[in-house]
Amino acid sequence: MATATTGVDVETAAAEPTRQPAGINVGRLAAHLGLLLLVLIWTLPTFGLLVSSVRDKDQLAISGWWTALTTSERSSAAVLGTAEDQVEEDGHFVIRGNVFAADETDQTVLRFGTSINNPDEAPAGATLEMRLGGEITLFENGQYEWVSDTPFEHSRARLFYTSGIPPRFTFENYQEVVRGEGIGRAFVNSFTVTIPSTIIPIMIAAFAAYALAWMSFPGRSLLVAAMVGLLVVPLQMSLIPLLRMYNDLANSGVGQAVGFESKTYLGIWMAHTGFGLPLAIYLLRNYMAGLPREIMESARMDGASHFNTFTTMVLPLSFPALASFAIFQFLWVWNDLLVAIVFLGQSEGQLVLTGALRKLLGSRGDNWEILTSSAFISIIVPLIVFFSLQRYFVRGLLAGSVKGG
Amino acid sequence: MVQQIVFALITVVIGVAAAVAYFWGANWVLDKATAAEGFEGAEAVRRDRLRNRIRPWVFLFPALFFLTVYLVYPVFATLWLSFFGPFGREFVGGANWVWAVGNGNFQQSVINNLLWLIIVPAASTAFGLLVAVLADRLWWGQIAKSLVFMPMAISFVGASVIWKFVYDYRGPGAPQIGLLNAVVEGLGLDAQAWITIPFWNSILLMVILIWIQTGFAMVILSAALRGIPEETLEAARIDGANDVRIFFDIMIPQIFPTILVVWTTITIVVLKVFDIVLAMTNGQWDTQVLANYMYDQMFRANNFGHGSTIALVIMIAVLPIMIWNIRQANKEQGTR
Repeated sequence: MATATTGVDVETAAAEPTRQPAGINVGRLAAHLGLLLLVLIWTLPTFGLLVSSVRDKDQLAISGWWTALTTSERSSAAVLGTAEDQVEEDGHFVIRGNVFAADETDQTVLRFGTSINNPDEAPAGATLEMRLGGEITLFENGQYEWVSDTPFEHSRARLFYTSGIPPRFTFENYQEVVRGEGIGRAFVNSFTVTIPSTIIPIMIAAFAAYALAWMSFPGRSLLVAAMVGLLVVPLQMSLIPLLRMYNDLANSGVGQAVGFESKTYLGIWMAHTGFGLPLAIYLLRNYMAGLPREIMESARMDGASHFNTFTTMVLPLSFPALASFAIFQFLWVWNDLLVAIVFLGQSEGQLVLTGALRKLLGSRGDNWEILTSSAFISIIVPLIVFFSLQRYFVRGLLAGSVKGG
Repeated sequence: MVQQIVFALITVVIGVAAAVAYFWGANWVLDKATAAEGFEGAEAVRRDRLRNRIRPWVFLFPALFFLTVYLVYPVFATLWLSFFGPFGREFVGGANWVWAVGNGNFQQSVINNLLWLIIVPAASTAFGLLVAVLADRLWWGQIAKSLVFMPMAISFVGASVIWKFVYDYRGPGAPQIGLLNAVVEGLGLDAQAWITIPFWNSILLMVILIWIQTGFAMVILSAALRGIPEETLEAARIDGANDVRIFFDIMIPQIFPTILVVWTTITIVVLKVFDIVLAMTNGQWDTQVLANYMYDQMFRANNFGHGSTIALVIMIAVLPIMIWNIRQANKEQGTR
């Protein structure tokens, strides 16, 4: 109650016209609300995925994720004990049991009834008369006690009840996809593709970027312009010739002699290196060109060669740009689907997370517990990289915003 | 599996070692081969000059090799293949182009791509600008920006799963577990199988890309907005301009070049959009786009000629932006 009052106080204080002109307050309130709405639209879908991935799969299939915290109700019928189950106590005949199965013990009885037409006859704990004779009491925990003065003779009896199912959260979905759907293996495959594809281009690009930034030679500006042009060449242009090249190589005498196949990790590492180089060179060249000229000149004065200047001074100074590119390339390779399905096979040993996810969308399109948990596994790594290294990522974006993804 | 991880790690080590060996080794060889010591006068000068002329190419060679093999050569090979038949053997002249122009799926793809080209960059830029402007004035703006930026890290396929769940449809009468249909029912309307309704399904696929790209637009535009001199804004305020006028008459013109850069960058992403369509509909229900149709022709129809032709159409669409980018870059070079 106290908090509610304070809340009202704050609101009236904020709307106080004497402190600030009213127009600005309305504007600020609109800004708060507008931004809040946008942020909600941008986060709710992902949040829904996360919540759904840890829900019980039966609950997930019948209720929206926004109801995940509420108790759901279910109407059921229980088969009661028969005449064989009765015991005689103090002159009464009694049948005892529990309407819940062993894996339903987290449920509670809300209401129950003796007829299918009226399952909500009485609240839990009440006693009702049975048509087969005697009186039955059903407790919240599902225990029932059916007492009669005369012996039971029936072979079949049912009781109808409405139970409350508490929200259930579980990692079963994750266990299932990691073991049963090959997501665990795909996770390893994704790392196998990503790590070399991220590291190999960096060195190659750094030397080229230094040459383009600080060495003068004929054709340099032409090469820089070409690099800017290559930034936006659609991957689609490369796929068919490269695929043919890989196939020809695998079928050639040399290829067969060394056991080269058209779909290998080596092939995709090289492809990602090639595709990532324009951005790498562009980012690094811009950064290196911005380093102070005095540093280079004093190094030259001291008689340092280009090679030494580069390795001992430029490379360490360029760390922020190197980090920016590494993050870009990591995210781009990890999230890539096109290059992976063209240059790698669909077998368990080569299927990466994006490919596996796409396959599941086709084969398990309605099993949202599988899809949500698989998707979350595939996005968790880039999200961690992204949030922990956002600074470098943003810096890279600002420096290289002509690259088209 | 362990073997595979070890293999990948060894590759990293070998790759890095090979690069070090190449750069260091080639540099050493160059120094030795063109050493000026022991030479007099003109010969020493000639050797110095030769060394300085070769060294850039030693540094550039690996990069140029990869770029040539993986980007430059394929562009010409694709151009070449577009004049050949399904297996790239028999010359067919312009037959692939005739096929494309008369093909219903191709026409559909072009129309859809045009829709994507109009809507996605416009919406992403507008939302990005809106978030940037709002967030810069509020104390929790940084958190808001972080959250809007987050989808940038999510793969197109992952985003497709996220949004397919939002668009999910469970049949009439059944409880809807998709957010969109729950909202629609909450408004008193009937739930729909949105993904199968032509035109609107394309829009819903575009929403996914807008959702991803808005963060990009926001970051770039936010930086540009902060670059506007405070005096300019102050002067406008003193002249009695309200926030809306400041936004349209001062901010937008000031950051217009940046808006263009953001717009063209997203345009290129749109032209290459493939994963979203493949994962969501695979081009069914009139949602086909060029990049997915190219994949279709290349891997399902196994027709390299058709595939190359569609790739070229994408390339031709990118070309004006590429030329514009190169001219911008050259201009910047000139002023340095």
